[in-house]
Amino acid sequence: MCRGPIDQASAIGKAPVPEQHVPLIVIGAGTAGVAAAITAAKGGVQTLLIDENPLGPDVIGLDVPLHFGQRANAAIQNKDRMVERIVANNPGLMEAFEAGIDVALGTYVFGAFINGETVHSMPVPMLGLADGTRSWMVSFDRLIVATGARDLAIAFEGWEKPGVMGARGWHSLVRQYNAFSGRRLLILGSGVTGLGVAQDALRAGHEIAGIVEVEAAPVGPADLVAQIQDRSVPIYAAHAVRQATGRAEVEGAVLVALDVNGAPIEGSDTTVACDTIIYALGAVPNIELLNVLGCHLEFRGAAGGYVPVVDAEGATSLAGIYAVGDCTGLQDPQSAAAQGEASAGAVVRSLAGDAKPVPHAASPAASGMSLYEYWQRWSRAEIAASGWDVHVCQCEEVTRAEIADLRPPRYLGARPAEMSGHNLRKLGAESPVNQDQVKRLTRAGMGPCQGRRCREQVHMLLSAVTGTPVETIPLATYRAPVRPLPLQVLAAFEELAAVRDNWVAWFNIPSQWTPHWEIDYAALETVTRKTGIADK
Amino acid sequence: MNVRPSSGNGQGAAVVVIGGGVTGLSAAWWLARGGVDVLVIDKGIVGWEASGRNGGGAAHSFSPLFAEEQRLWPLMDEMLGYPTEYRPKRIRVALTEAQLDYYCRVADLATSQGFRWEKLDRKQLKELAALVTDEAVGGVLLHFGGQANPQRTVQAFAWALQDLGGRIQQHTTVTEMRRKGGKVTEIVTDRGTFGCDHVVIAAGPQTGLLAQMIGIDLPLAFARLEQIVTEPVPLMKMGWVDGNGLYGRQTLRGNLAFGGGPHDWIEIDGMRAPFASSTFVMRHLAKRVAQLFPYAAQARVIRSWAGLVEVTPDGRPVIDRLSDPDNVVLATMASVGFGLCPATGHAIQQLVVDGKCTFADLSGFNLERLRNVAPGWREKRGWLPPVSAA
Ligand SMILES: Cc1cc2nc3c(=O)[nH]c(=O)nc-3n(C[C@H](O)[C@H](O)[C@H](O)COP(=O)(O)OP(=O)(O)OC[C@H]3O[C@@H](n4cnc5c(N)ncnc54)[C@H](O)[C@@H]3O)c2cc1C
Repeated sequence: MCRGPIDQASAIGKAPVPEQHVPLIVIGAGTAGVAAAITAAKGGVQTLLIDENPLGPDVIGLDVPLHFGQRANAAIQNKDRMVERIVANNPGLMEAFEAGIDVALGTYVFGAFINGETVHSMPVPMLGLADGTRSWMVSFDRLIVATGARDLAIAFEGWEKPGVMGARGWHSLVRQYNAFSGRRLLILGSGVTGLGVAQDALRAGHEIAGIVEVEAAPVGPADLVAQIQDRSVPIYAAHAVRQATGRAEVEGAVLVALDVNGAPIEGSDTTVACDTIIYALGAVPNIELLNVLGCHLEFRGAAGGYVPVVDAEGATSLAGIYAVGDCTGLQDPQSAAAQGEASAGAVVRSLAGDAKPVPHAASPAASGMSLYEYWQRWSRAEIAASGWDVHVCQCEEVTRAEIADLRPPRYLGARPAEMSGHNLRKLGAESPVNQDQVKRLTRAGMGPCQGRRCREQVHMLLSAVTGTPVETIPLATYRAPVRPLPLQVLAAFEELAAVRDNWVAWFNIPSQWTPHWEIDYAALETVTRKTGIADK
Repeated sequence: MNVRPSSGNGQGAAVVVIGGGVTGLSAAWWLARGGVDVLVIDKGIVGWEASGRNGGGAAHSFSPLFAEEQRLWPLMDEMLGYPTEYRPKRIRVALTEAQLDYYCRVADLATSQGFRWEKLDRKQLKELAALVTDEAVGGVLLHFGGQANPQRTVQAFAWALQDLGGRIQQHTTVTEMRRKGGKVTEIVTDRGTFGCDHVVIAAGPQTGLLAQMIGIDLPLAFARLEQIVTEPVPLMKMGWVDGNGLYGRQTLRGNLAFGGGPHDWIEIDGMRAPFASSTFVMRHLAKRVAQLFPYAAQARVIRSWAGLVEVTPDGRPVIDRLSDPDNVVLATMASVGFGLCPATGHAIQQLVVDGKCTFADLSGFNLERLRNVAPGWREKRGWLPPVSAA
């Protein structure tokens, strides 16, 4: 309802018509998402389960949503075959089909659109979906976000080379796609993730060049470590990667030993032959959509950074929107399914009764720092081992030094003769450090991978340079489209006449553009008229 | 005027500028250039609101500040000492004869002020803007106007101001203004009180709330606008190339950054900036960008953003030195403040120091013209959010 007339140039009345309405949408067909969808369907709730796999080769090539490191083989070009593999390799999907769930594979969720403080045009909450050719909208009553996690990456010289990837990207190529093209792996991180990669790799018949760990001893469970060592996998404890070597792609890695203070030991460089280097340092929750929606997020070092504040049933701060599984910072895969089931239970109950879903506003549990502290030690070690001149942001080619100096991007020509000491440290002394501000000044995080490879390492770098605790640096915001989609894909939809016919480039206030020598201030209450093409 | 810091308060300044957007920062920089002791107070980070999120366009031929805007932009990098990414000129692409006609008429506004423009046929257009659609009927090339990078410009002003000894106090919200006699003498914030001889209120959407604190009525409506940006594509010879209902530019890096289309009217009744997200409009923007630049249709959209602006009833700025209290300059740019900022700051400086602007006739920007705006003007025009809105 409007108080008076509607401004025809405004967004009111122009929301897209959804192609489909479903009571519940679950995003992500991992353990948590599948469990949620099946529970909800069994509870009688019509459910749409969306997963973006199989991903388009273009997206995989951008290291979105996981760090694939150009290690996918040509098989991923064949979408039909990949659909078959994805289904065959995920028993949960079969179960979901059997439970009568509408499953949309190969479908990206690029945005989530709800009314809020500054948006009043949405009659119902909607998701923006896309595949390789077009985009469309679906509306929902409840949403369960189960978007998983990606891997932390930390730059060293040569990390841009094909062959440097994340553990989740590796798992996906090996287990979901059967399309991994490497053979000899160097694993970074000796925790559960790294040891898990090692086990799976051995099982799959891959060679392991070694496991690198900046800590003085392996950090994973002793029995797992022993099992791996029994297979004569070398563990390079108190080492960091100086450089990935190779011409067109990774052919080896130069490791350097660290002293008790974490400083590289002169002359200790060793070169290890490998074609793949895998970040297995731990998981960063995929919170893009939750951030876009405006869910309340908190920094929890133990959970891998910013995570939604949720209750036991996954309820977020927004009514009707739930988050489960790894995207909540869950570090325990065993409970992902239980979490999914619990939130689906809450959805079933809230849809059955008239009880409105209750947003979760409780204060978060005390946050341990361990995981992020571990990452910060890796970050410090890699800075010491590989220096300030490596690109932290691959897309925009921004080095650590350029970030610390707040240097304008190189395409602007030489750095101004003197920046009068206006560097990151000074900025941090003047006001709280803000990663988005640094992003806009240096472009770090502004490229097509949408900051997935550099967000956390820049975050830690800002902390290190300015002495600001990581938990006080706000999240570098995610924005829709949360997948990098071609203009022509987003554009492939039927524009509503209401939008087309009332489109203006800018407000429809004719007196805004009247030349100042013509304006008649006596006739102030100008009626807004339709100009078709407003000036700007 | 008194250029010494106000006595009796260690943390005061001769001029306190409320709002560290482009308007406030430019004003402060101009004041500092003239040797005035100036302090900018912002509730957040400099340029965090509209000033860091706009289209970056600078071609306001309808404005009395146009000539000064055009004179100053080519000098700004040099004067500030930091890059703004300013690039001159603008192309408007016409997809229909009617559009071409309209663009020519608008371009003529500048002719009468001594600026040049020319009509481009399709071939000339493609020569300067290779990505543009073959279906364009032609375009106009404005030998004026231009574009700059908003956040870089904000930071350039901020750093240049600091280099001149000006101070910036961020993360500090003005909550009250104290009057003594006919003057505002103290600015109260959540982080202390600041004495002042003069005040500039350039607080964007909050300018009206602050004016209210000193008994001044400034009618404003508020809106949310959004833009999309693609990954870099090969550089066209010209950067600001728009049309098809869009405004925007190709950045020097190569990204296509465009806005336009439906806005949301919103309410802002406190000092906090509400959460601004982008909406379904992004798909419409993508569609129009793809239509305008079919040769870039495969470029991926990698981000979008939204910003908030304030609008006066006639959509025109208020830049006015008040008479009571008589040491306050009020400045709202009514949603077209980025491009004009070099000139706006200069005008504000003159209003503070001399009481009048010598290089432009600002009589059309006075507050007086809005005195008779009827209460309920926002409802009457549909410039409010729907009642049912949260
Ligand atoms: C999407 C978009 C595109 C645009 N495109 C263009 C364009 O192409 N060309 C153009 O010329 N203009 C454009 N504009 C408009 C332009 O951005 C604004 O008019 C301009 O930035 C206004 O600057 P300002 O400094 O007056 O206000 P703002 O940028 O709003 O700054 C006001 C500042 O005041 C601070 N503040 C508010 N209240 C308080 C308080 N109580 N205490 C302390 N500080 C306070 C705020 O934090 C803020 O930083 C666009 C705007 C948007 C949103």
